[in-house]
Amino acid sequence: MEELRQACLQALALIGRLDSQLFEIVVLSLQVSLTAVTVAAVIGLPIGAALAVECFRGRQAVIVLFNALMGLPPVVVGLLVYLLLSRAGPLGPLGILFTPTAMIIAQAILIIPIIGALSRQTMEDAWREYEEQLRSLGAKRLTAASTLLWDTRFSLVTVVLAGFGRAVAEVGAVIIVGGNIDGVTRVMTTAIALETSKGDLPLALGLGIILVSLVIALNAAASLIREAALRRYG
Amino acid sequence: MFIALGLTCAALIPPGGWAQQRFITVASTTSTEQSGLFKHILPMFQKKTGIEVRVVALGTGQALDMGRRGDADVVFVHDQAAEEKFVADGHGVKRLPVMYNDFVLIGPRNDPAKVKDGRDITGAFRKIRTAQAPFVSRSDKSGTHAAELRLWRLAGTDMPASKGPWYRETGSGMGPALNTASSLNAYILADRGTWLSFKNRGELAILVEGDNRLFNQYGVILVNPAKHKHVKKDSGQSFIDWIVSPEGQNAIAGYRINNERLFFPNAGRRSG
Amino acid sequence: MLPLELRDLCFAINGNTIIDRISVQIEDGPRTIILGPNGAGKSVLMRLCHGLLKPTSGTVAWTGRRPNRRSGGQAMVFQRPVMLRRSALRNVMYGLKLAGVSRTECELRAHDVLDAVGLSHVAHHPARVLSGGEQQRLALARAWALGPEVLFLDEPTANLDPGAAREIESIIGAIHASGAKIIMTTHNLGQARRLGDEILFINQGRLTERSSADRFFREPASAEATAFLRGELP
Repeated sequence: MEELRQACLQALALIGRLDSQLFEIVVLSLQVSLTAVTVAAVIGLPIGAALAVECFRGRQAVIVLFNALMGLPPVVVGLLVYLLLSRAGPLGPLGILFTPTAMIIAQAILIIPIIGALSRQTMEDAWREYEEQLRSLGAKRLTAASTLLWDTRFSLVTVVLAGFGRAVAEVGAVIIVGGNIDGVTRVMTTAIALETSKGDLPLALGLGIILVSLVIALNAAASLIREAALRRYG
Repeated sequence: MFIALGLTCAALIPPGGWAQQRFITVASTTSTEQSGLFKHILPMFQKKTGIEVRVVALGTGQALDMGRRGDADVVFVHDQAAEEKFVADGHGVKRLPVMYNDFVLIGPRNDPAKVKDGRDITGAFRKIRTAQAPFVSRSDKSGTHAAELRLWRLAGTDMPASKGPWYRETGSGMGPALNTASSLNAYILADRGTWLSFKNRGELAILVEGDNRLFNQYGVILVNPAKHKHVKKDSGQSFIDWIVSPEGQNAIAGYRINNERLFFPNAGRRSG
Repeated sequence: MLPLELRDLCFAINGNTIIDRISVQIEDGPRTIILGPNGAGKSVLMRLCHGLLKPTSGTVAWTGRRPNRRSGGQAMVFQRPVMLRRSALRNVMYGLKLAGVSRTECELRAHDVLDAVGLSHVAHHPARVLSGGEQQRLALARAWALGPEVLFLDEPTANLDPGAAREIESIIGAIHASGAKIIMTTHNLGQARRLGDEILFINQGRLTERSSADRFFREPASAEATAFLRGELP
């Protein structure tokens, strides 16, 4: 309990003195994870929409695969991306290992299945309601998919937030492909891991408290917007 | 909303990260990074040369592997045998000794295996084994792990082949392993630098130190540009030149925690 | 496109026969009411006619001239209106856009038809926050805007209070007056009397009786229809 109190004090102290290093780490965390979630949404949402409306052989298998990949271990993704981006790997010449770009790629891969699978579920439920009406109006699959994306937009915000939460909270993948380089690829989670290994548990926990508060604040904001929008648009 | 936000963020990240100035990537060990040494000396180097040094801290085994794959320009590690093999295999240009510190045997203050007050590290290891007192091993192919296995061999035990339940293989870095030892009240071999900067000590203290066999030499190697064309030969070489120069050596000597020196420069004074 | 010709139409699902060998020709002109007790297969029959379901055997054929895209064709209004998450106006325009109508004309037609169903004042309100009656009027407007040659209506007032139902009925009358063929299911006898010109009486998947509304209500030919009119069937 004493340690928890210490951690809270540490967190407050860090915020209180507007620690510039902390600020840098927080900004990088947000940049990396928000970019990753954008990339993942641009790829994952259309996949979810397509899976919701398309009937093809093997659809069930693809859905099961996506659901299973939601539990993809970050370390495995990290290793995979590391081997791809390593100088000795196929994408080595790009020279982006140990950069924020590499971390974005790893996080995006990690959350595409989450966004794909959860948005598929959301849109499939909506499709049950919409299907006859849209087919009656002569909507082709592609139109139907984009209509569903637009009409379920408020629920999809929650889906995207789930992806963001996973991205910003994960450490296994980014520490491998980012290298936790001070000032370059050190984000909240890798900083927490580092402070933990240095045995500075209160500081590590303090950073953790800041991370969780950020995520909560972001979710609260999104939830307020969603509520307001639902009240407005039904 | 998210898409807009994300794109803004993406726009803020130039390709390849914040590579405004020249930089090199150094694969090094957790002991050098976590002891705070790099934070102390790298700004001096950058101020002088304008070259940013990006340190990826891993175990010695992983760090050498990173060099082998061409993902680092310079490796800065502490396992002489492995380093020499690295150079002999053509992955590195030349190995230069930089500095040393020493390993210390850490253990619970109440010392159940009665190893305290000695300098004899192999004797202490034998007592731990006889008492079957809990012992935490890094088991991560790091330099410290290699040193620990060497000491067990000198003590007449082939680890991990003859391990018992008292011998805990954590497979983690120095810090996490110390955290484990702290909560288990176990013995552990650690490098002095990490120990000095480690905060979560609990009941642990240094029990054995000063044995010649606890000597821990660090070496620096430029990754072979003939093997990996993209290796930043010139910048990497300037870093190596600087760290073995009197200026770099003084910088190392000047790093202290609680007025205690962590690393002792010995470039050019000792071959290994 | 009329007449609509059903030949030996059958529909079964999981071995249960829902529609059983229905053959009938539906001509242009009179308002056709498909009447029958609950579970008779009225809605399924309508979906087969509209093309939302594929017959197990038999055929649905439009034997008249092919409709052009700008006007004509068929539209359907469902028991539960499916409102897209956008304004009333955009809901109407959605259908028109799918029918290939140019944007400017979309907007003109949408305004006209909203005016005709008395929803001009809520044109820019989100469709999903409208009342049940307004939503159904909007659904009618969306279908009417397409200028269909045939309008299918599946129990359009089943979920509405009597006042709202009357409004819907008068709009249906107006749509018929504008030249569209009305084919509608209901189990509401009063509504069938008020709106029907001819009755197709369906019971247990079979077409039991077809006659003019006058005759059907005066002297039904079949025993089932007699029982239904007496309120003895569900």
